[in-house]
Amino acid sequence: MQRVNLTVNGVPVSREVDDETLLAVFLREHLELTGTHVGCDTTQCGCCVVHLNGTSVKSCTVLAVQAEGGHVTTIEGLARDGTLHPVQEAFHRCHALQCGFCTPGMIMAAVDLIETHPEPLTEAIVREEMEGNLCRCTGYHNIVKAILAAAEAMRPAKAAAE
Amino acid sequence: MVMYPTRYHRPAGLDEAIGLFTECEDATYLAGGHTLLPTMKQRLAHPSDLIDLCVLPGLRGIGLKDGVVSIGATTLHAEVAVSPIARQWIPALSGLAGSIGDRHVRHRGTIGGSVANNDPAADYPAAVLGLGATVVTDRRRIAADAYFVSLYETALEPGEIITRVEFPIPDQAGYAKFRSPASRYAIAAVFVSKSGAAVRVAVTGAGAAGVFRAHALEAALEQDFRPGAIAPNQVDPAVLLGDLNGSPEYRASLVAVLARRALGHLGEARSYK
Repeated sequence: MQRVNLTVNGVPVSREVDDETLLAVFLREHLELTGTHVGCDTTQCGCCVVHLNGTSVKSCTVLAVQAEGGHVTTIEGLARDGTLHPVQEAFHRCHALQCGFCTPGMIMAAVDLIETHPEPLTEAIVREEMEGNLCRCTGYHNIVKAILAAAEAMRPAKAAAE
Repeated sequence: MVMYPTRYHRPAGLDEAIGLFTECEDATYLAGGHTLLPTMKQRLAHPSDLIDLCVLPGLRGIGLKDGVVSIGATTLHAEVAVSPIARQWIPALSGLAGSIGDRHVRHRGTIGGSVANNDPAADYPAAVLGLGATVVTDRRRIAADAYFVSLYETALEPGEIITRVEFPIPDQAGYAKFRSPASRYAIAAVFVSKSGAAVRVAVTGAGAAGVFRAHALEAALEQDFRPGAIAPNQVDPAVLLGDLNGSPEYRASLVAVLARRALGHLGEARSYK
């Protein structure tokens, strides 16, 4: 057992966990943040994507102890004061989901992509860069549309940050 | 999936990491963990102890000195992909790093982990062998030609730790990969480089014993460093892998096609699927 100290969605948390506890399990079972989904559990599908210290990671393939001292953002931490994040808003507006299981990972991956990609996004770039996230309904069309719409909506904020 | 219990260690330095490796019953080093942790989850590996190398100081970063691009062992694929040094001096290498797995994998995976694991379908072994790089460890320097032994097997001794990989800057280099859309690993991939008159051609994903140099292709390209110099029958299917992704004969054909494509797009890494 080890003590893990993290900041999750801006809140400091500290728990005793078995060393082999995965970050996804830590978030879901120890913190009860079940918005992070575990799909394949084999590092393929991306349903478990969260941000660790500012970059997207597959939380089914990171030990909680490896994240010690780190900052984690999950899907629950994206909205601000009841206002959806622009990517959440775009997924809602474009109906970028069917069953919704992959949605938290898709949104966390899309936020990372929009915030960090050096060039303006195109459909081809989005499809290529989102390959680490699988939709079991194969509903990619509206997901890509939503990410491009969100990138457009976030452009003024991104330009101001640079 | 539930792993067998293990103990996780955060060593303060290389000496402590090696000491832990020696003391613990069945320890394994952990870098980005993107091969090791899935393997542990499938219960195909169950080390008693994990020694995290990513917390060690001084093993991460990219430098340029005396015509050599030096990449620290715990440098992430994503960092190599956007490194101004790598992009300027060996763009085929930065492109290769940017083609590994997917973006989330590239945010965790490390060059040291990939080179130590020597997966027969991994990308980095092709660059290390194809550029004639040197694998630097806590105790010695190992030339690429002496480093890769067989599937998942390298010249590393028990407990030996890769600290960095040094890539000499070639005159020209290119990488072309045909990958499985499901696993995103190479079914075959070819790294080509030219330094003065010397040509190196390294093939990953296709070899029955892991990454290898295609000497017949090297000889042909030393005469004429152009795609047209590659004939279709220069790699013997007897040394190639046959599996559900393709027969040895199919891979032999792929190697020739990919070598031509790498030569046709020098200064780039191209992925095909």
